Amino acid sequence: MKRRDFIKGLAPMSLLPFAINGQPIRAYGNILGAASEDFVDTDRVLVLIQMNGGNDGLNTVIPLDQYSQLSAARSNVLIPENKVLGLDGYSETGLHPAMSGMRNMFNDGKVNIVQNVGYPNQNYSHFRSTDIWLTGADWNETLESGWIGRYLSEEWPNYPNGFPNDKMPDPLAIQIGSIVSPVCQGMAVNMGFAISNPNYYYQLLTGDFGDPGNTWAAKELDYVRRIAHQANEYTEAVGAAADKADNISTLYPETSLARQLKIVAQLIAGGLKTRVYVCTIGGFDTHANQVDMTGGNETGAHASLLQNLSDSVNAFQDDITKLGVADRVLGMTFSEFGRRIVSNGSTGTDHGAAAPLFLFGNKVKSGIIGDNPQLPNVPTVNDNLEMETDFRSIYSTILQNWFCLDPQTTNSVILDNFDRLDILNSECQTSSIAKDLNKRAGDTYLINYPNPFSSYTTIRYYSEGGHVQMEIINTEGKRVALLVNDVMPVGEHQINFDAFDLAPGTYYCRYQNQSIHHTRSMIKI
Amino acid sequence: MAIASKARTHSGLDPYTGTWDEAAVLHLLKRTMFGATVEDLQYFSGKTLNQAVDEILDVDYNPPSPPVNNYDAQMSDPNIVPGQPWVYDYNASLNNHRNSSFKRWWIGKMVGQDRTIREKMVLFWTNHFSTETNVFYWANFAYKQNAMIRANCLKNFKTLVHEISKDPAMLIYLNGYRNTKSAPDENYSRELQELFTLGKGPDSKYTESDVIEAAKVLTGWRINTTNGNVFFDPAQHDTSTKQFSEFYGNKTITGLSGTSGADELIELIDMILLQDEVAKYIARRIYRWFVYYDIDEATEANVIAPMAQIFRNNNYDIKPMMEALFKSEHFFDVANRGAIIKSPIDFLVGFIRMFDIANNNFQHPNNNSKNNIFPGASDYVEQYHMWYLIHYYASLHQQDIMDPPSVAGWPAYYQIPNFHELWINSDTLPNRNEVTDYLTIVGLGYQGFRLQVDTVRFAEKFSSVSDPGAFIDDVLMLMHTVEVSQDQKDYMKSVLLYGQSQDYYWTDDWNDYINDKSSSSKRDAVETRLKLLFKYLMNLAEYQLS
Repeated sequence: MKRRDFIKGLAPMSLLPFAINGQPIRAYGNILGAASEDFVDTDRVLVLIQMNGGNDGLNTVIPLDQYSQLSAARSNVLIPENKVLGLDGYSETGLHPAMSGMRNMFNDGKVNIVQNVGYPNQNYSHFRSTDIWLTGADWNETLESGWIGRYLSEEWPNYPNGFPNDKMPDPLAIQIGSIVSPVCQGMAVNMGFAISNPNYYYQLLTGDFGDPGNTWAAKELDYVRRIAHQANEYTEAVGAAADKADNISTLYPETSLARQLKIVAQLIAGGLKTRVYVCTIGGFDTHANQVDMTGGNETGAHASLLQNLSDSVNAFQDDITKLGVADRVLGMTFSEFGRRIVSNGSTGTDHGAAAPLFLFGNKVKSGIIGDNPQLPNVPTVNDNLEMETDFRSIYSTILQNWFCLDPQTTNSVILDNFDRLDILNSECQTSSIAKDLNKRAGDTYLINYPNPFSSYTTIRYYSEGGHVQMEIINTEGKRVALLVNDVMPVGEHQINFDAFDLAPGTYYCRYQNQSIHHTRSMIKI
Repeated sequence: MAIASKARTHSGLDPYTGTWDEAAVLHLLKRTMFGATVEDLQYFSGKTLNQAVDEILDVDYNPPSPPVNNYDAQMSDPNIVPGQPWVYDYNASLNNHRNSSFKRWWIGKMVGQDRTIREKMVLFWTNHFSTETNVFYWANFAYKQNAMIRANCLKNFKTLVHEISKDPAMLIYLNGYRNTKSAPDENYSRELQELFTLGKGPDSKYTESDVIEAAKVLTGWRINTTNGNVFFDPAQHDTSTKQFSEFYGNKTITGLSGTSGADELIELIDMILLQDEVAKYIARRIYRWFVYYDIDEATEANVIAPMAQIFRNNNYDIKPMMEALFKSEHFFDVANRGAIIKSPIDFLVGFIRMFDIANNNFQHPNNNSKNNIFPGASDYVEQYHMWYLIHYYASLHQQDIMDPPSVAGWPAYYQIPNFHELWINSDTLPNRNEVTDYLTIVGLGYQGFRLQVDTVRFAEKFSSVSDPGAFIDDVLMLMHTVEVSQDQKDYMKSVLLYGQSQDYYWTDDWNDYINDKSSSSKRDAVETRLKLLFKYLMNLAEYQLS
């Protein structure tokens, strides 16, 4: 039996008592054909802007009601009170003077500020804290997958097998630049597609080079071959989208971030179905010379960074509005931590804790969530801003209210149940049909039922012949069971997984057969 | 691939007793040098494994001549005549030119490397003690750090930590030079522990308070920017007693006033390096750079722990640990062969070295525009231009030497779970292919010189060249580490045979060329096919591995 037959062979399974998104599989099969153009809630896009280095929140969103404490704590980097940009309806809070673009967006109802975002037990290492933000881990937990990667694996569980395809012809996520972010790392592969120039195309050598074998070099060989394949397949789609639309806004500054956002606007308007775009701006690690004292602290390195951010975001919003796609786009900024309340001797600030975060777009609920940070009256060098909103609350809200995952699935992607925030004006008229199409896109090698399950689940898989390894791993990537580790003949097989002894939670079934990598999430309740 | 969760291998540091064949020689060379040449392979094939490793670790510490004024045509230098070193002259308006000059020079050192590990160690330590010229600014400091690392690259780690703590580039990069008693700056204190010595592994349990206390110890170091000299300013030094955590045995460092305050740095480094975790962390860093990225429990127990033990037993001398690693059964374990994805520098410098491009000297019999001559030392302006091109491509592929993305260095050496795989993505892979294609097929000309593979000259290095099957096997041995399928070999042969089936379609044409090297048509006949063959070999995924 060929793999294609296995996929056809799934049809009888629709008689089995398991469901996708609460819909009985039988109903799902019946309406499959009629609904292929139904993408009501699923054409939404998230644009992430990662501010590398740890942004100084106190000089970005300024608590005017505590200006005297601010001046006591950080006189050498203090922004003059009369230069702070006011926000309509919020007299006690203002923005850095370089951020007029985003201030105007705020007053136009297109920006939401979430105050004091972070996580408990702040880690002050850039690298660890960045990992925590990208993966959505607890402070004392190491995760190998990114939160976007887990979301995308939920949406397109078959990826990368049989991708691209008619249902999803485009990259799932795009990173503008020449690296891919760990945020897009799924349980099996990274979902991010890196491009620095949408019009660049260079044909790579691909073909059937046979089974790479069972060595460690073969693992890397398989990786390089997969990238070559993806690059060939997706570059064409990206180039076609770029050909269909041009940037309209004339407001973009000449900066790297602006260039990245221009590409994002162009590709969204060009019709890519890509869900997530990742952009980066570096330089926020302002230990020294954060402000230029000769310019009255209004200028300097941090001011340039914030102006770049603000002008670029404002131009992007202008562009997508003119391109007619603004209702589909939500933007979010983040940085690995804020900076210390008390400044240092280098007219800079050391690593800190909680910081504000911006959401922007037509569908954000304008305003400020949370109170101004509370500064001590006599701040010492060790004092830090207390976290008020866990960053995973924002992630969960985006997944549930923007990407329309059901609450339980949202929790399984974020790995816990965090409060949802009132930050979006988007409705979810959940189109389970479109979601189910996504779930079926590509080639299925692995499926389990029931899912969620209470004590056991049955896993069906398809072997292309040769060695098969199937293991169950927990969210930290640790193996809890090895189900198959053997040569399996070509064809369909199944195995029961007894999870009676396992704690409730999300588990992943990871499957490897020749060059096929496939991972599925399973929930034990 | 049933490899994800069982131990990759249980081999350890016992001496390697397996076959010392060409594949083993090449594995050693490609991991310790930038690629391998035909001559390198011949040279080390005549040695025993122990001789080869000893020689590779016998590093020449004499400083090479420094980078020179190659930029006078763009901007005239008032103090340094063209062709002379600028490294002790400070001039802000020339700094960008000099930074570029420094990076070109460094690329030149790598391309012209001798048969030792030095150049790979220098790059390793500059990644370990990461700094960025675009932050610390002065090209003079870039050179100074590079020279310091060169002089210590295989000597003593503790010396390196001392030197880097007083290195002007590092003092600026992590604000040590602004660290004062009134407002301590924690940047260097944190990275000294987190990135340079202890790491962030589960057994590295220093606290936030240790970061703050160490920052106080480090107050007072300053730089004279007219000559790059680093000095200690007692007036800026915090003389209070510094109290460290239980992790450091609740140690206190007594504040010292006057010039003896500088000695607190010695006590601090002693205290940190007393922790066993330091040797393990450095062993892991070495392992990820030279062997493979995945360190499972077996590797931690059988390789990392004994490496660290050797490191400690030798008071942090680096060489004995490296010697044990490179002579070990683990290093030569089949599990580790060909399993590294080349870094951009390894990819590009290895490419230039393997094809011996820097010694190209082909004068076309009747068409000067087809010359392929690489500039020599006397044509240093043109030579620096060639180094610039290589640096440019490496930057495009995300490895701009001395300007990594952050103080942690390149993510390929620390970012779980992808590590080396991060070098290759849908943006960089097409770029890698395009560069090797271009430099093989078309090449870049500059002032009468060229940066291009001379495929014919390269082919002549192989004694098997007239026998297409044997030649392809020999080329594959040198260029790839992983075996390719018979289908691919057949295809390669068909390239040489012009799609015919008899070997003489290649053998005759090659012999015709050898017998009449002055005939451009005979040369063209073999060159066209060789270009396609090498292009194909480098387009295969196998070429990305080392």
